[in-house]
Amino acid sequence: MRFVTALARFWWDFVVGDDWRIAVGVVLVLGAGAVLVADTEVPHALVAVLAAVGIALVALCSIVLATRRNAS
Amino acid sequence: MSTGDAVGLITATLLASGVEFVEALTIVLAMGTTRGWRSTWAGVGAALLALAVITVFAGYALEQWLPEALVSLVVGTLLLVFGLQWLRKAILRAAGLKALHDEDAAFRAEVDAAARAGDERRLGLDWFAFVVSFKGVFLEGLEIVFIVITFGLNAGSIPLAVVGAALGGAIVIAAGFALHRPLARVPENTIKFVVGLLLTTFGTFWAVEGLGWFSAGQERLDWPGGDLALPALLVAWCALAWAAVRLVAPRAGEAV
Repeated sequence: MRFVTALARFWWDFVVGDDWRIAVGVVLVLGAGAVLVADTEVPHALVAVLAAVGIALVALCSIVLATRRNAS
Repeated sequence: MSTGDAVGLITATLLASGVEFVEALTIVLAMGTTRGWRSTWAGVGAALLALAVITVFAGYALEQWLPEALVSLVVGTLLLVFGLQWLRKAILRAAGLKALHDEDAAFRAEVDAAARAGDERRLGLDWFAFVVSFKGVFLEGLEIVFIVITFGLNAGSIPLAVVGAALGGAIVIAAGFALHRPLARVPENTIKFVVGLLLTTFGTFWAVEGLGWFSAGQERLDWPGGDLALPALLVAWCALAWAAVRLVAPRAGEAV
């Protein structure tokens, strides 16, 4: 059990790293993209652009939050 | 595979493996010069073997079991999250909000630890040198394996990704053993910035392509402009990173 916990912690640190908000934000943006692709007639090219913009916003939010944490 | 994918594949795996090899080399040199080379090389060899097995099995399993669009989605998402962490750290370092990585300081810390450690022997090896070398090479190498598999699968050529990584490793190892000291003068933080940009760009491209798995045909989603979207994304991420550094850099002074 300890091995499994240690392995899970290792992979969490490896992929998710310092800021879990990035992983959650990316999953939310891609989830919204998946809904648009699966259930709507929105052109796929537009979905691609919207998803990219969403991912960029996730990155910016994470950086700004890190800056505020550092400053406080 | 398009030329853009091939160039990106080689560049990303070469640079990423290069910076990881620099860090692994620091640990290996510290162990080898302080505790002796035999046990250090045994640790390095065992780690490389474990990494090779993981690469072959993980790469094969993902390629065989998952449909193409789903591979793009899963692997692209992992690469994107991983790349955004690199890019975030690189932006914070460039803005002066995070300490720069110092290879000389890392080397001194490893040498101190090696000098203080006891003299436990197992299987005829200096166990401390073996374990530290193994862990150092394995953990740094795992990041290279991750990048090789993700880039290799999505670009359709794991062998080309391995070539890029091996080239990066060969350059660093040759330079390190020629100088016989850690590569502190390599612009490691700059390279990490570039790698973060490449990982994020390719991760965005492939993860979004993979959204096509949710469509009726379960085919990869087409970007506007096709493969030309890739350089456009790279330019956009460079602009965003530059703007982010400019945005948060003044706050570095407030934090001190």
